[in-house]
Amino acid sequence: MDHAIALNSYLAVGAVLFVCGLACMVTKRNAIGVLMGVELMLNGANVNFVAFSHYGQLGLDGQIIALFVIVLAAAEAAVALAIALNFYNNHLSIDVDRANELKN
Amino acid sequence: MEQILFALYAVITCVSALAVVLSQNVVRMAFYLVVALGATAGLFFQLNADFVGATQLLIYVGGTVVLLIFGVMLTSSSPFTSLKSSPAEMLQGGFLAVALFGVFAATLLNVDWTTAERSLAKTGQSGLAAGYNQAGEGETTRLIGTALLGVRFDRDFSPDAPSEKTVNATVSTEPQTLSTGYLLVFEIISMHLLVVLIGAAYLARAKHLRPSEKNTTS
Repeated sequence: MDHAIALNSYLAVGAVLFVCGLACMVTKRNAIGVLMGVELMLNGANVNFVAFSHYGQLGLDGQIIALFVIVLAAAEAAVALAIALNFYNNHLSIDVDRANELKN
Repeated sequence: MEQILFALYAVITCVSALAVVLSQNVVRMAFYLVVALGATAGLFFQLNADFVGATQLLIYVGGTVVLLIFGVMLTSSSPFTSLKSSPAEMLQGGFLAVALFGVFAATLLNVDWTTAERSLAKTGQSGLAAGYNQAGEGETTRLIGTALLGVRFDRDFSPDAPSEKTVNATVSTEPQTLSTGYLLVFEIISMHLLVVLIGAAYLARAKHLRPSEKNTTS
């Protein structure tokens, strides 16, 4: 099996996704924007997992770990949104700079 | 062809990830996130990870992002003022729909379905049973399912087994002895999902009722 695309290109896409997620997480003041940054970062890691499972010796393990990452990201999004809604109910804002206490 | 598709998916992924960072509107960010995640699913399909790509589309794009958009809507401080689309946008959308229908109709009418069905019926009759092919051939669903149940059909873990990918591997050629099944991880993650969803429902329940709702809801 001869690969038409080098492993490095997939890793570069994963790196771009990860860095965009990090920048999004750091720069946004909206809590949901921060959540989206986290999703992008997890997705960048997933690209690396699947790329190594295709090119390296990782085999199916990389794909299974990518599946676990997807499920954990869904769970994390659910809990974080619940916290954001709770915070919005208490403070009428989801600005993360003003979120120094969760209890009202 | 493979390079063109990869370049397309990679460019879409990177550009929409950048757009997520640079956009200021939260709803636009959610839309660009959908585009980025969908293009990443395309990359997964290119890496022969069909099940992971389908899961990405179903759970990430269909579930998580919808959840995020609900969060955006429930926490938006100002209501969305203009929801009406301009005539130019209607024209563009209509043109796109008509052009797409033209492509579909031209494609569907050019296929001779009786011969196509006859040739498609023979595709599953190769030497291997369906689903037990090598992982590199793209049919990974049944292998992933059995691996989650703790049984690995895709790999020989005996110490003197010949490493099957030694010739093709670009990263490492060590023999495999680690990582058998994933039953325990699967169970842990199932319990984790259950606990997390109960916790999220508990956290997001309505506690403070506004005076107008007090006599309508309990």
